[in-house]
Amino acid sequence: MSVTAISTPEAAVDAPPVPTTAPQAAGGGARGDHRLVADLVAPGSRVLDIGCGEGELLDLLIREKQVDGRGLELSQAGVNACVARGLSVVQGDADRDLADYPDDAFDFVILSQTLQATYAPRRVLEELLRIGSNVIVSFPNFGFWRNRLQLLLGGRMPVTDYLPYSWYDTPNIHFCTIRDFVALCQEADARIVKSMALDARGRPVGFSAPWWVWNLIGEQALFLLKRS
Amino acid sequence: MSKDTTAEQSPLDQGPPELRAAPASEADTPSSRVEKFGGDRALQLDCGTVLDPWQIAYETYGTLNEDRSNAILVCHALTGDQYVASRNPLTGKPGWWSLLVGPGRPVDTDRFFVICANVLGGCLGTTGPASTNPATGRRWGLDLPLVTIRDMVRAQAVLLDHLGIETLFSVVGGSMGGMQVLQWAVSYPERVFSAVPIAAAARHSSQNIAFHEVGRQAVMADPNWCGGRYFERGVRPSKGLAVARMAAHITYLSDPALHRKFGRNLQDREAITFGFDADFQIESYLRHQGMTFVDRFDPNSYLYVTRAMDYFDLAADFGGSLPRAFLHSPTRFCVMSFTSDWLFPTAESKAVVKALNAAAANVSFVEVESDRGHDAFLLDEPEMFRTVLGFLTGAAHARGIAPPAGGFA
Repeated sequence: MSVTAISTPEAAVDAPPVPTTAPQAAGGGARGDHRLVADLVAPGSRVLDIGCGEGELLDLLIREKQVDGRGLELSQAGVNACVARGLSVVQGDADRDLADYPDDAFDFVILSQTLQATYAPRRVLEELLRIGSNVIVSFPNFGFWRNRLQLLLGGRMPVTDYLPYSWYDTPNIHFCTIRDFVALCQEADARIVKSMALDARGRPVGFSAPWWVWNLIGEQALFLLKRS
Repeated sequence: MSKDTTAEQSPLDQGPPELRAAPASEADTPSSRVEKFGGDRALQLDCGTVLDPWQIAYETYGTLNEDRSNAILVCHALTGDQYVASRNPLTGKPGWWSLLVGPGRPVDTDRFFVICANVLGGCLGTTGPASTNPATGRRWGLDLPLVTIRDMVRAQAVLLDHLGIETLFSVVGGSMGGMQVLQWAVSYPERVFSAVPIAAAARHSSQNIAFHEVGRQAVMADPNWCGGRYFERGVRPSKGLAVARMAAHITYLSDPALHRKFGRNLQDREAITFGFDADFQIESYLRHQGMTFVDRFDPNSYLYVTRAMDYFDLAADFGGSLPRAFLHSPTRFCVMSFTSDWLFPTAESKAVVKALNAAAANVSFVEVESDRGHDAFLLDEPEMFRTVLGFLTGAAHARGIAPPAGGFA
């Protein structure tokens, strides 16, 4: 079902490696961002969903956007569930296995709620920009006001419904704020095409505001990036 | 390869192997279907020789649909045969993969037309060293040219031409069968809609060549081997072949599986005997495996087929680049490995997956958790069955193959 007009990459490329931690890493189980991601993806494009879990988003994209969808997932159970529902998914790790994909292999590369769980987020972001013409990244915003308040007043690392882990058992080893991420995008030569702040359930914060406001009230964020 | 035989199945009391049935008649006139080719369908082999005439023995299951789009080729492993889902005429046992292939099974013969052929170099009806050489009227023996995995696949392609099957919906196989699956996808990409290589590799490793060499040397060291001319002398190098099988069988298992099944348990005795009898259950089990094997397999065929695996190196024809072998592949792949398989470890499958990704091919990969070693692919592994079923169901949907009448349970 390859439908895309984008040319197929031909070269095999070697590059550096990352663990896709399942979306649950961000907690809550609410993946309302799927709908928003789907709105960003062009119909019939080639898509790689990294940390695709049991394939809900891929399934949605294939059904509604007729994409040529592939997945990369760390957990055995997730991969098996995906293959059993007819999706093309490889067991692997965002830190290590993105190197196996050639340049511009996909029109859209999606990294949902996983960047904060990788060992080398910058390298992962650079890999995403290398293998995808468009990169969609979502992540929890550590600058969310409730997180700040817990640290400021309680003197403890924040634990919320959305980020339910204690510091010693969290898979989220590289937290950042929305502002941090914007800075990383500049360093990694990524151009921000679209960005939005979301609440814990993945619903967009429904008004436009300066960065520092979003950085306070967004519990998570969603970015569409391109190589600049 | 072996089923999960239990240790109680008794070992040594079956009389000298030389006196038991040899798979002689099956080599020329198999119980299964067989097609004979020659002339313009002579087989050009990788070694440079042309095989003319030659024959290929096969079984089919299910029905080919009207647009001939539902054919699945199952490729067998080193010591397998065409009886994938039907009774083996020599052993009387059910088909070697009847857990996976059959009505209502993951490879559903109510939905798909399944073909399984004995490999070139085999001994159950496809031309091999035990077959009669039409030029001399005696068995080929070592006069048969060496064959490769690609030659096996070429032979299967001629059979499919003959059956009027242009495109295979899928090619499925484990171990050496998986090598053939990969070779199919590379040699005839346009004929392979989907491919399921299980517990396989894109090349045979040094360690695996080493094990095969031990096996071959065991066969050739048996005085009854007679330079491969044992048929004429009325003998069989059964002891050598049994030892080869015993050694190989260890590589199909795993330390945890052996420990779980046998531990250091003694065989029908209370104490060790201070001798070289089979004191331990594992010894008795291996002897049993060796002895039953010689009843159904030709020793020269063992030399040929192990050699074919040794020579297998898919990237070799592509300047050593595996991604180049798969470039522009239209095939959907489902690669599978088992955690405890140390003969074809997960790393080998991952190398294939990596190359497929680099070639932008459509690939799924599942590593099945199992402690049963390489043999797991032949055993009751629900995870493997679920994966194969899910993959084939998705692929059949993409190919527009209707589900069986009753639908799925």
